[in-house]
Amino acid sequence: MANENSTLQTQDVEKQEVEVAEGTERTRPGRAYVPRADIYETEEALVLLADMPGVDQNTLDITLEKNVLSIRGLVETQNPDNYNLAYAEYEVGDYERNFTLSDGIDTDNISASIKNGVLQINLPKAGPAKARKINVSAA
Amino acid sequence: MFRRPFHLYRSQNPWREIDRMQREMGRLFDEFAYTPRSRMAPSFPAINVWTNEDGAVVTAELPGVNPEDIDISVVGETLKLTGSRRPEELEEGAKYHRRERGFGNFTRTFQLPFTVEADNVEAVFDKGVLHISLPRAEAEKPRKIAVKAA
Repeated sequence: MANENSTLQTQDVEKQEVEVAEGTERTRPGRAYVPRADIYETEEALVLLADMPGVDQNTLDITLEKNVLSIRGLVETQNPDNYNLAYAEYEVGDYERNFTLSDGIDTDNISASIKNGVLQINLPKAGPAKARKINVSAA
Repeated sequence: MFRRPFHLYRSQNPWREIDRMQREMGRLFDEFAYTPRSRMAPSFPAINVWTNEDGAVVTAELPGVNPEDIDISVVGETLKLTGSRRPEELEEGAKYHRRERGFGNFTRTFQLPFTVEADNVEAVFDKGVLHISLPRAEAEKPRKIAVKAA
Protein backbone atom coordinates (compact mmCIF):
# COMPACT_ATOMS: atom_id res chain seq x y z
CA MET A 1 0.00 0.00 0.00
CA ALA A 2 1.31 3.42 -0.87
CA ASN A 3 2.32 5.92 1.75
CA GLU A 4 -0.71 7.60 3.26
CA ASN A 5 1.20 10.82 3.89
CA SER A 6 1.95 11.37 0.24
CA THR A 7 0.92 14.75 -1.06
CA LEU A 8 -1.64 15.00 -3.81
CA GLN A 9 -0.24 16.58 -6.91
CA THR A 10 -2.13 18.21 -9.70
CA GLN A 11 -1.01 15.60 -12.21
CA ASP A 12 -2.79 13.00 -10.10
CA VAL A 13 -6.12 14.65 -10.66
CA GLU A 14 -5.80 16.95 -13.64
CA LYS A 15 -8.69 16.75 -16.02
CA GLN A 16 -8.10 15.23 -19.39
CA GLU A 17 -10.34 16.28 -22.21
CA VAL A 18 -12.20 13.72 -24.29
CA GLU A 19 -10.79 13.33 -27.74
CA VAL A 20 -13.56 13.50 -30.25
CA ALA A 21 -13.20 11.22 -33.24
CA GLU A 22 -12.02 13.03 -36.32
CA GLY A 23 -14.76 14.61 -38.36
CA THR A 24 -17.29 14.55 -35.57
CA GLU A 25 -18.39 17.30 -33.27
CA ARG A 26 -19.93 17.35 -29.87
CA THR A 27 -23.58 18.24 -29.84
CA ARG A 28 -23.63 19.53 -26.30
CA PRO A 29 -22.00 22.87 -25.59
CA GLY A 30 -18.95 22.91 -23.38
CA ARG A 31 -16.22 20.42 -22.84
CA ALA A 32 -16.14 16.79 -21.92
CA TYR A 33 -13.54 15.12 -19.78
CA VAL A 34 -12.32 11.60 -19.29
CA PRO A 35 -12.89 10.74 -15.64
CA ARG A 36 -9.91 9.26 -13.86
CA ALA A 37 -10.63 5.69 -12.92
CA ASP A 38 -9.40 2.88 -10.74
CA ILE A 39 -10.26 -0.73 -11.35
CA TYR A 40 -9.60 -3.40 -8.80
CA GLU A 41 -10.48 -7.03 -8.59
CA THR A 42 -11.75 -8.91 -5.60
CA GLU A 43 -12.69 -12.52 -5.33
CA GLU A 44 -16.27 -11.93 -6.42
CA ALA A 45 -16.18 -8.86 -8.59
CA LEU A 46 -14.37 -6.16 -10.48
CA VAL A 47 -14.87 -2.71 -9.00
CA LEU A 48 -14.58 0.43 -11.05
CA LEU A 49 -14.18 3.82 -9.41
CA ALA A 50 -14.34 7.06 -11.38
CA ASP A 51 -13.91 10.67 -10.26
CA MET A 52 -16.85 12.70 -11.52
CA PRO A 53 -17.24 15.79 -9.37
CA GLY A 54 -20.52 17.61 -10.00
CA VAL A 55 -22.38 14.48 -11.06
CA ASP A 56 -25.10 12.76 -9.04
CA GLN A 57 -27.40 9.83 -9.68
CA ASN A 58 -29.81 12.02 -11.66
CA THR A 59 -27.26 13.24 -14.17
CA LEU A 60 -25.47 9.96 -14.60
CA ASP A 61 -26.01 7.60 -17.46
CA ILE A 62 -24.47 4.16 -17.57
CA THR A 63 -25.16 1.85 -20.47
CA LEU A 64 -23.95 -1.55 -21.44
CA GLU A 65 -24.04 -2.40 -25.07
CA LYS A 66 -22.61 -5.75 -26.06
CA ASN A 67 -19.55 -5.67 -23.84
CA VAL A 68 -18.90 -1.94 -23.85
CA LEU A 69 -19.73 -0.15 -20.64
CA SER A 70 -20.30 3.56 -21.25
CA ILE A 71 -20.32 6.12 -18.50
CA ARG A 72 -21.68 9.58 -19.09
CA GLY A 73 -22.11 12.26 -16.49
CA LEU A 74 -23.67 15.58 -17.29
CA VAL A 75 -22.55 18.55 -15.25
CA GLU A 76 -24.65 21.66 -15.11
CA THR A 77 -22.41 24.66 -14.67
CA GLN A 78 -23.45 26.32 -11.46
CA ASN A 79 -21.94 29.74 -11.56
CA PRO A 80 -22.57 31.81 -8.46
CA ASP A 81 -25.13 34.53 -9.18
CA ASN A 82 -23.85 38.07 -9.54
CA TYR A 83 -20.24 37.01 -9.33
CA ASN A 84 -17.54 37.32 -11.96
CA LEU A 85 -14.92 34.69 -12.52
CA ALA A 86 -11.68 36.30 -11.38
CA TYR A 87 -9.27 33.39 -11.50
CA ALA A 88 -9.65 29.93 -12.95
CA GLU A 89 -7.58 26.80 -12.66
CA TYR A 90 -10.13 24.28 -13.81
CA GLU A 91 -13.05 24.11 -16.17
CA VAL A 92 -16.36 22.43 -15.67
CA GLY A 93 -17.62 19.94 -18.20
CA ASP A 94 -19.29 16.62 -18.74
CA TYR A 95 -17.62 13.26 -18.29
CA GLU A 96 -17.47 10.44 -20.79
CA ARG A 97 -15.61 7.19 -20.83
CA ASN A 98 -16.04 3.71 -22.22
CA PHE A 99 -14.72 0.44 -20.87
CA THR A 100 -14.64 -2.89 -22.59
CA LEU A 101 -15.64 -5.74 -20.34
CA SER A 102 -14.24 -9.20 -20.52
CA ASP A 103 -16.53 -12.18 -20.92
CA GLY A 104 -16.37 -13.22 -17.31
CA ILE A 105 -18.76 -10.55 -16.06
CA ASP A 106 -22.27 -11.28 -14.88
CA THR A 107 -23.81 -8.44 -16.86
CA ASP A 108 -27.26 -8.90 -15.34
CA ASN A 109 -26.07 -8.01 -11.87
CA ILE A 110 -24.00 -4.91 -12.43
CA SER A 111 -24.72 -2.28 -9.81
CA ALA A 112 -23.59 1.31 -9.42
CA SER A 113 -23.60 4.07 -6.85
CA ILE A 114 -22.22 7.58 -6.64
CA LYS A 115 -21.04 9.39 -3.54
CA ASN A 116 -19.15 12.66 -3.16
CA GLY A 117 -18.57 12.76 -6.89
CA VAL A 118 -17.06 9.28 -7.11
CA LEU A 119 -18.84 6.67 -9.15
CA GLN A 120 -18.52 3.06 -8.07
CA ILE A 121 -19.59 0.26 -10.37
CA ASN A 122 -19.60 -3.31 -9.19
CA LEU A 123 -19.12 -5.85 -11.92
CA PRO A 124 -19.73 -9.28 -10.42
CA LYS A 125 -17.85 -12.14 -11.94
CA ALA A 126 -19.91 -14.76 -13.63
CA GLY A 127 -20.13 -18.09 -11.83
CA PRO A 128 -17.54 -20.74 -12.62
CA ALA A 129 -18.15 -21.38 -16.26
CA LYS A 130 -21.83 -21.92 -16.04
CA ALA A 131 -22.44 -23.63 -19.30
CA ARG A 132 -25.80 -22.63 -20.57
CA LYS A 133 -27.73 -25.44 -22.10
CA ILE A 134 -29.85 -24.51 -25.01
CA ASN A 135 -32.80 -26.64 -25.59
CA VAL A 136 -33.61 -27.37 -29.13
CA SER A 137 -37.26 -27.87 -29.63
CA ALA A 138 -38.51 -30.10 -32.26
CA ALA A 139 -39.92 -28.30 -35.22
CA MET B 1 -29.24 41.66 -46.12
CA PHE B 2 -31.84 44.27 -45.49
CA ARG B 3 -30.39 47.66 -44.71
CA ARG B 4 -32.08 50.37 -42.86
CA PRO B 5 -32.06 53.84 -44.34
CA PHE B 6 -29.20 55.92 -43.09
CA HIS B 7 -31.32 58.40 -41.22
CA LEU B 8 -32.50 55.65 -38.91
CA TYR B 9 -28.93 55.01 -37.83
CA ARG B 10 -28.44 58.68 -37.30
CA SER B 11 -31.45 58.96 -35.08
CA GLN B 12 -30.00 56.39 -32.71
CA ASN B 13 -27.74 57.31 -29.92
CA PRO B 14 -24.23 56.99 -31.39
CA TRP B 15 -22.84 56.00 -27.99
CA ARG B 16 -24.97 52.94 -27.97
CA GLU B 17 -23.02 51.43 -30.83
CA ILE B 18 -19.68 52.24 -29.21
CA ASP B 19 -20.98 50.75 -26.00
CA ARG B 20 -21.95 47.57 -27.78
CA MET B 21 -18.56 47.29 -29.44
CA GLN B 22 -16.84 47.81 -26.13
CA ARG B 23 -18.88 45.03 -24.60
CA GLU B 24 -18.04 42.73 -27.52
CA MET B 25 -14.35 43.43 -27.07
CA GLY B 26 -14.61 42.93 -23.35
CA ARG B 27 -16.25 39.58 -23.88
CA LEU B 28 -13.54 38.58 -26.31
CA PHE B 29 -10.80 39.34 -23.83
CA ASP B 30 -12.72 37.75 -21.00
CA GLU B 31 -12.61 34.50 -22.86
CA PHE B 32 -8.85 34.66 -22.78
CA ALA B 33 -8.93 35.53 -19.13
CA TYR B 34 -11.14 32.52 -18.45
CA THR B 35 -8.70 30.04 -19.93
CA PRO B 36 -7.79 27.85 -16.99
CA ARG B 37 -4.22 27.75 -15.83
CA SER B 38 -4.36 24.24 -14.51
CA ARG B 39 -1.12 23.34 -16.17
CA MET B 40 0.52 25.94 -14.00
CA ALA B 41 -1.47 25.17 -10.88
CA PRO B 42 1.08 24.22 -8.27
CA SER B 43 -0.95 21.65 -6.45
CA PHE B 44 -4.22 19.98 -5.68
CA PRO B 45 -7.02 21.00 -5.67
CA ALA B 46 -7.47 23.29 -8.63
CA ILE B 47 -9.65 26.23 -7.67
CA ASN B 48 -11.81 28.83 -9.33
CA VAL B 49 -12.37 32.20 -7.71
CA TRP B 50 -15.45 34.31 -8.30
CA THR B 51 -15.64 37.85 -6.99
CA ASN B 52 -17.95 40.81 -6.70
CA GLU B 53 -17.95 43.87 -4.43
CA ASP B 54 -19.48 41.92 -1.56
CA GLY B 55 -16.93 39.16 -1.44
CA ALA B 56 -15.71 36.06 -3.19
CA VAL B 57 -16.70 32.47 -3.86
CA VAL B 58 -13.97 29.86 -4.12
CA THR B 59 -14.85 26.53 -5.70
CA ALA B 60 -12.78 23.35 -5.84
CA GLU B 61 -13.41 19.86 -7.14
CA LEU B 62 -12.66 17.33 -4.44
CA PRO B 63 -14.18 14.04 -5.58
CA GLY B 64 -13.96 11.25 -3.05
CA VAL B 65 -12.97 13.50 -0.18
CA ASN B 66 -15.10 13.18 2.93
CA PRO B 67 -16.53 16.53 4.04
CA GLU B 68 -15.16 15.91 7.54
CA ASP B 69 -11.67 15.59 6.09
CA ILE B 70 -11.77 19.12 4.68
CA ASP B 71 -10.44 21.90 6.86
CA ILE B 72 -10.98 25.54 5.96
CA SER B 73 -9.45 28.37 7.93
CA VAL B 74 -9.62 32.08 7.31
CA VAL B 75 -7.33 34.63 8.90
CA GLY B 76 -7.62 38.20 7.69
CA GLU B 77 -7.07 38.02 3.94
CA THR B 78 -5.77 34.48 3.89
CA LEU B 79 -7.75 31.38 3.11
CA LYS B 80 -6.22 28.04 3.91
CA LEU B 81 -7.66 24.84 2.57
CA THR B 82 -6.31 21.55 3.88
CA GLY B 83 -7.52 18.01 3.80
CA SER B 84 -6.84 14.54 2.59
CA ARG B 85 -8.20 12.09 0.15
CA ARG B 86 -8.03 8.66 1.61
CA PRO B 87 -7.06 5.64 -0.42
CA GLU B 88 -9.75 3.08 -1.05
CA GLU B 89 -9.87 0.37 1.58
CA LEU B 90 -9.57 -2.87 -0.29
CA GLU B 91 -10.47 -6.21 1.08
CA GLU B 92 -7.83 -8.85 1.49
CA GLY B 93 -6.55 -10.30 -1.75
CA ALA B 94 -7.91 -7.52 -3.94
CA LYS B 95 -5.58 -6.21 -6.59
CA TYR B 96 -5.53 -3.17 -8.83
CA HIS B 97 -5.77 -3.46 -12.57
CA ARG B 98 -5.74 0.23 -13.18
CA ARG B 99 -4.91 3.09 -10.93
CA GLU B 100 -5.32 6.67 -12.09
CA ARG B 101 -6.88 8.36 -9.11
CA GLY B 102 -4.46 10.01 -6.75
CA PHE B 103 -4.78 10.25 -3.00
CA GLY B 104 -2.99 11.89 -0.13
CA ASN B 105 -2.94 15.15 1.76
CA PHE B 106 -3.35 18.59 0.32
CA THR B 107 -2.84 22.14 1.49
CA ARG B 108 -3.40 25.33 -0.39
CA THR B 109 -3.22 28.88 0.85
CA PHE B 110 -4.70 31.83 -0.97
CA GLN B 111 -4.31 35.53 -0.50
CA LEU B 112 -7.58 37.29 -1.14
CA PRO B 113 -7.78 40.90 -2.25
CA PHE B 114 -9.78 41.87 0.86
CA THR B 115 -10.25 41.06 4.52
CA VAL B 116 -12.83 38.35 5.07
CA GLU B 117 -15.66 38.53 7.59
CA ALA B 118 -14.44 35.28 9.13
CA ASP B 119 -17.62 34.70 11.15
CA ASN B 120 -19.76 34.57 8.04
CA VAL B 121 -17.73 32.25 5.89
CA GLU B 122 -19.87 29.41 4.59
CA ALA B 123 -18.79 26.23 2.92
CA VAL B 124 -20.96 23.70 1.14
CA PHE B 125 -19.75 20.36 -0.15
CA ASP B 126 -22.04 18.87 -2.75
CA LYS B 127 -21.40 16.08 -5.27
CA GLY B 128 -17.69 16.32 -4.67
CA VAL B 129 -17.54 20.05 -5.31
CA LEU B 130 -16.65 22.50 -2.55
CA HIS B 131 -18.11 26.03 -2.53
CA ILE B 132 -16.70 28.48 -0.02
CA SER B 133 -18.36 31.86 0.19
CA LEU B 134 -16.18 34.54 1.70
CA PRO B 135 -17.98 37.78 2.48
CA ARG B 136 -15.90 40.90 2.52
CA ALA B 137 -15.48 42.66 5.87
CA GLU B 138 -18.12 45.37 6.17
CA ALA B 139 -15.53 48.02 7.08
CA GLU B 140 -13.70 47.38 3.84
CA LYS B 141 -16.54 47.48 1.38
CA PRO B 142 -16.31 50.21 -1.20
CA ARG B 143 -18.38 53.18 -0.14
CA LYS B 144 -19.89 55.90 -2.14
CA ILE B 145 -18.60 59.25 -1.06
CA ALA B 146 -20.91 62.17 -1.43
CA VAL B 147 -19.29 65.31 -2.69
CA LYS B 148 -20.51 68.34 -0.86
CA ALA B 149 -20.74 71.67 -2.52
CA ALA B 150 -18.41 74.14 -0.88
